[in-house]
Amino acid sequence: MENLQRKFKLSISWQALFSLLMYGFMYLPLVVLTVYSFNRSPFSAKWTGFTWSWYIKFFQDGRILLALQNSLLVAGIAVAISAVIGTLMAVGLARYNFPGKQLYQSISYLPLIIPDISIAVSTLVFLQALWIGLDLKTIVAAHVVFCLAYVAIVVSSRLVNLDPHLEEAAQDLGASPVQSFILVLLPELMPAIVSGCLLAFILSMDDLLIASFTSGSGYNTLPMEIFSRIRTGVKPDINALSVVLILVSGLSFALAEYVRLNAERKRSGQ
Amino acid sequence: MSTQVPSSLVTQPDAHSDKESPRWLGPLVLLGPSGLWLGLLLVIPTLLIFELSLVPGIRPGDIVNPSGLDNYGLIFQPVYFRVIGRSLFFAFGTTFFALLLGFPVAYWIALIAPKQWRNLLLLSFVLPLWTSSLLRSYAWITILRPTGVLNSFLQLIGIPPLDLLNRSPAVLIGMSYSMLPYIVLVLYASLEKLDRRLLEAAADLGANPLQVFWKVTIPQSLPGIVAGALLVFITSLGDFVDPELLGGASSMTLARLIYNQFIGATQNWGFGSALSMILIFLVSLAIALLIKYGDRSQVV
Repeated sequence: MENLQRKFKLSISWQALFSLLMYGFMYLPLVVLTVYSFNRSPFSAKWTGFTWSWYIKFFQDGRILLALQNSLLVAGIAVAISAVIGTLMAVGLARYNFPGKQLYQSISYLPLIIPDISIAVSTLVFLQALWIGLDLKTIVAAHVVFCLAYVAIVVSSRLVNLDPHLEEAAQDLGASPVQSFILVLLPELMPAIVSGCLLAFILSMDDLLIASFTSGSGYNTLPMEIFSRIRTGVKPDINALSVVLILVSGLSFALAEYVRLNAERKRSGQ
Repeated sequence: MSTQVPSSLVTQPDAHSDKESPRWLGPLVLLGPSGLWLGLLLVIPTLLIFELSLVPGIRPGDIVNPSGLDNYGLIFQPVYFRVIGRSLFFAFGTTFFALLLGFPVAYWIALIAPKQWRNLLLLSFVLPLWTSSLLRSYAWITILRPTGVLNSFLQLIGIPPLDLLNRSPAVLIGMSYSMLPYIVLVLYASLEKLDRRLLEAAADLGANPLQVFWKVTIPQSLPGIVAGALLVFITSLGDFVDPELLGGASSMTLARLIYNQFIGATQNWGFGSALSMILIFLVSLAIALLIKYGDRSQVV
């Protein structure tokens, strides 16, 4: 085994070169967005000088900022609701057996499988049939459907590795089911809940189709606003926005990793 | 919480406290809210779409035609049939390219790269997933357009420019790019579990690297390959953004066609519903194949 590894380390394999190329492929769009966000000419692919003006334009753009605010609001509320009911669902599915459990479980995974466009049009038709007015609330309601599935999946994967006797022990020591849930189970699940929520948050912020179909006029989320602008061509202030978003998601990713590593260290330290 | 102890619970091994709540309370509290939410906003709407797909002329002013399967019959009109064919073509093409490009990367990270770097390498490969997918696809416009980054580069090294944007190649590039991180994740999970002793044994017994690859590595990681391929196929079949931004007017796909039946000038909810059901059917077909032939634990 060691022999094999040493041999590979000495010669640079074609797989390594190819992988390097693919890393370049993955990051090329991000690099391009970043570089062109500082390019003075709005249309030319050639470098015509450095400018901050696209960033200034972006930060003064009320429509984009409002859309960003809407997106954050929708994602925040949808994720908060999903965190609670998704966690409850994961615990419930792990704990109980009942007739129809298979069906329940399959339905809860459906949002991960059914294409966004199908979910979007069915929700639209449903809301219209009930004469429910479309605004941000309806986007939240629709986003909870898939956010909940992602939270539940991440929490379930943590539940599988959890010692089932912890809660029993707590209840033997006199804790009520609610107490043992909040004091024993929840802290153990917290890292999974947090990473599930981050995943759901990113996906909610990223959703174009479902939001387009479930929001009323005048309620644009960020992807809707971006989409309505870029379908007609390249817009340099959108490049500036991209860079800001890349920075924000990079930071949130670092935060998520920090939470995960911290939790892992704590666990291994015990 | 009830103070009454149901007699059936006393004999249960998990009935610890005297204040045991009724049997149904736990499941109801844990599974009720999400069940209600999914039922109201996923199951009923999907059933509603199915119903609509069977009732042509649902829009006010349309001629009501009671014949049930008319909407499904419409898809056999050449113009719509071509759209479905194009969607399938993009989905198959994306699956092919994602596998072709993703497998060596996953292989390198899982089996060749130094062990202590593996997690970091995998994470940094999928990191772009954390940025807006819309903006990543949009970046490809800047790269692929006639006067874009790619053609400027080609001009520099003396190769005639390529006209890719607003045609199928751009869509395939964009979709393969979007899917690459996912397939690498799935393939990595499968290759990482690969028993390395098998590879060494095969090599010791005289197999050349190519034989080891085809006779050991591929069969061993086949469940992962199937799972990854189907995941990519399913996701790209319903993709809206890449064909829309990179494909131009001539690249209408199923997602866009459905979109047009509900938003825009020429609405037809019944036909749109039928198309949506067909999309769900195609995806379910792929899932059924996955459950039959793939390693189910690999999905999601």
